Amino acid sequence: MKKRLASMAVAAVMAASPVLADLVFPSLSYRTGPYAAGGIPFADGYADYFTLLNERDGGIGGVMTRVLECETGYNTEKGVECYEATKGEGSLVYQPLSTGITYQLIPKVEADGIPLHTMGYGRTSAANGKVFNNVFNYPANYWDGASIAIKHLLEENGGDLSGKKISLVYHNSAYGKEPIRTLEELSGKHGYELTTIAVDHPGQEQKSQWLQIRRERPDYVIMWGWGVMNQVAIQEAANIRFPMENFIGVWWSGSENDVLPAGDGANGYKSLAMHNVGSDFPIYDDLKTYVLDTGKAAGAGDQVGTVLYNRGFYAAMLAAEAVKKAQEIHGEADITPAMMRDGMAALEITEALMEELGMPNFGPAFAVSCENHGGSGQGKIQQWDATAKEWNIISDWIDSDKDVIQPLIMADSEAFAAENNITPACADS
Amino acid sequence: MFYREAGDFKTSYVDDSQTFPIAFDRYRYYFVLVIAFGIIPFIINDYWANAVMVPFLIYAIAAIGLNILTGYCGQVSLGTGGFMAVGGYACYKLMTAFPDVSIMVHLLLAGFITAGVGVLFGLPSLRIKGFYLAVATLAAQFFLVWLFNKVPWFYNYSASGQISAPERFVFGVPVTGPNVEAWAKYMVCLVFVTFCAWLARNLTRGTIGRSWMAIRDMDIAAEIIGVNPLKAKLTAFAVSSFFIGIAGALLFAVYLGAVEVGEVYGINKSFLVLFMIIIGGLGSIFGAFAGAAFMVLLPVALKNILVGGLGWDTALATHFEFVIVGALIVLFLIAEPHGLAQLWKLAKEKLRLWPFPH
Repeated sequence: MKKRLASMAVAAVMAASPVLADLVFPSLSYRTGPYAAGGIPFADGYADYFTLLNERDGGIGGVMTRVLECETGYNTEKGVECYEATKGEGSLVYQPLSTGITYQLIPKVEADGIPLHTMGYGRTSAANGKVFNNVFNYPANYWDGASIAIKHLLEENGGDLSGKKISLVYHNSAYGKEPIRTLEELSGKHGYELTTIAVDHPGQEQKSQWLQIRRERPDYVIMWGWGVMNQVAIQEAANIRFPMENFIGVWWSGSENDVLPAGDGANGYKSLAMHNVGSDFPIYDDLKTYVLDTGKAAGAGDQVGTVLYNRGFYAAMLAAEAVKKAQEIHGEADITPAMMRDGMAALEITEALMEELGMPNFGPAFAVSCENHGGSGQGKIQQWDATAKEWNIISDWIDSDKDVIQPLIMADSEAFAAENNITPACADS
Repeated sequence: MFYREAGDFKTSYVDDSQTFPIAFDRYRYYFVLVIAFGIIPFIINDYWANAVMVPFLIYAIAAIGLNILTGYCGQVSLGTGGFMAVGGYACYKLMTAFPDVSIMVHLLLAGFITAGVGVLFGLPSLRIKGFYLAVATLAAQFFLVWLFNKVPWFYNYSASGQISAPERFVFGVPVTGPNVEAWAKYMVCLVFVTFCAWLARNLTRGTIGRSWMAIRDMDIAAEIIGVNPLKAKLTAFAVSSFFIGIAGALLFAVYLGAVEVGEVYGINKSFLVLFMIIIGGLGSIFGAFAGAAFMVLLPVALKNILVGGLGWDTALATHFEFVIVGALIVLFLIAEPHGLAQLWKLAKEKLRLWPFPH
């Protein structure tokens, strides 16, 4: 079908193909630029988990893992370059940690047959696995997040939000715009009044936005921010004395980096959480023994236990479990990206499994299927304690409002399928 | 020795006024074309296309465009990113509104639409000059990006505000969308680069180009000898925006496939293209290519050397990349303030005298 004109590669860069069998996990990280504060802990956590598997278990199923790091600086063009540079090395799954790069990679991974895992970010309608065969966004996505935030507010208000004013402060990009449609739908259902306030990249200047909030006096503010925008927003909210417990960020606006600069002013700030916080899990003892104490930690090794480190750690755990699943399905230890896809599509995370991994109750229990690449869509609420300088989980797993979200997912994914001439079908394994 | 006019007799006016009057230059030009059209498409792979060649060619078009405005007509513009956005969004709207029309037509039309917008934002140049004009075009940059972010019609009301290119074909070969072969991508860009460079080269040699340069060198004198500043400046804005629009459309449709206006067409793009023409050399088509090559290839090359070759930590390598690229820019400009094009000119001058320099 595809005409191959190129037969020889002049490129010395690409010439070296891996001889040793290993499981390659590209890490499209950003340790530089305005979003580095979020990129560094995630990349460290991602790399450390695989180092731990190599050191403790000798890889996954006897095959060593290799993390290929490539710096994107949160820039889509560099993201493309990284993707092209690493895809030839047998990369199993891409996790770009950037919604912009995700949109870029979705058509490419579908064409190249390499899975893309966008955990809690990226294109929400990718949850429809029949249209997006190679894209996964379990355990939860943006629209789940928006719904979870509203559910939490409903719970606080005795199930009634009618007449309340809610403002959404969002990063003026694909990422920040994602929740708007869901919040609008939900406002129709629950009767609250929604205003949206955009903050342009990178978000260091938000005086006018918070002036508007001060004038409009919303009952609640929901934030979809990332990088330096989060710190500035929390500082500004503290400056106008906005009640912090009425300020809820998405899971990308809830790390230590975001609240520490505001000091005591940030006390009581809430955010969503897709996994548990802290380092009080048995696996961290192993991490200390095998990785930290032997000096094999990625980066400076000072991020262990922070929210975003845990997220990278969690992302790596999900990837490693998908590899195990793929090895089990295909009976081969050295798997290909296509096998990895099958493993991800059949992934099942249970309480017992997390217990066994030394991460009890770390994330939600969920199962992935061909129709549903989005997982359970559950999240928790965490709150910042400025005196103890730690995040506390204040709720149990909250289910998102699937009645509202599922039709949106189907509509958006079917529109994508129609635009790109895709016949929705499960990928044959 | 071999690079000289002597012995190269011209017997017609056409021969006398050709673009490359020196035989050696002409052969070099044909040689480059043969390599670009006849050899590279057969050996190019995904990495070389996506990381090196396609961005280089696209930025070369943008740099030619800005060079016409800034280098030839002397009007400083910081609105390049905004005009590229116009090209990209025009192309997207055309692609989705008229799916049956060829993408090549859409790319050209995107150029024409951008030319119109460029003329509109060029109007202030009749009253203001220099830094003041730079600020006015800066306003265009911010206004256009804001517009494409704010008005949902431009992104067809998609939930994320992203635009993504649907699959389109040229002669039955996909050139946009997910299933594009590296060579197809490369060829589309190459055809446009060749066309644009040829057009720009010939425009700048003719009447219009001379009136631009007259305005650049001294606008009052130009007016006195009968150059119409309105016509000269607005044609410069139109032609420059036409090229920049095509570059923006290619960047979106062929290279990236999905675009978010603030990130891809932000102020950084304006500066990047401006740096390209300053480093390459103002008022030179070759300079546009040299500058684009310098700014696109150097970071990729450094990254491959530092991370791939020396095995450095990626963050450290990126920081050093900034340092090295920055230092090289400063060094180049100290050594040759007129850019790489001037170095090339000097080299040719030396070649002409070789082996008997005085």
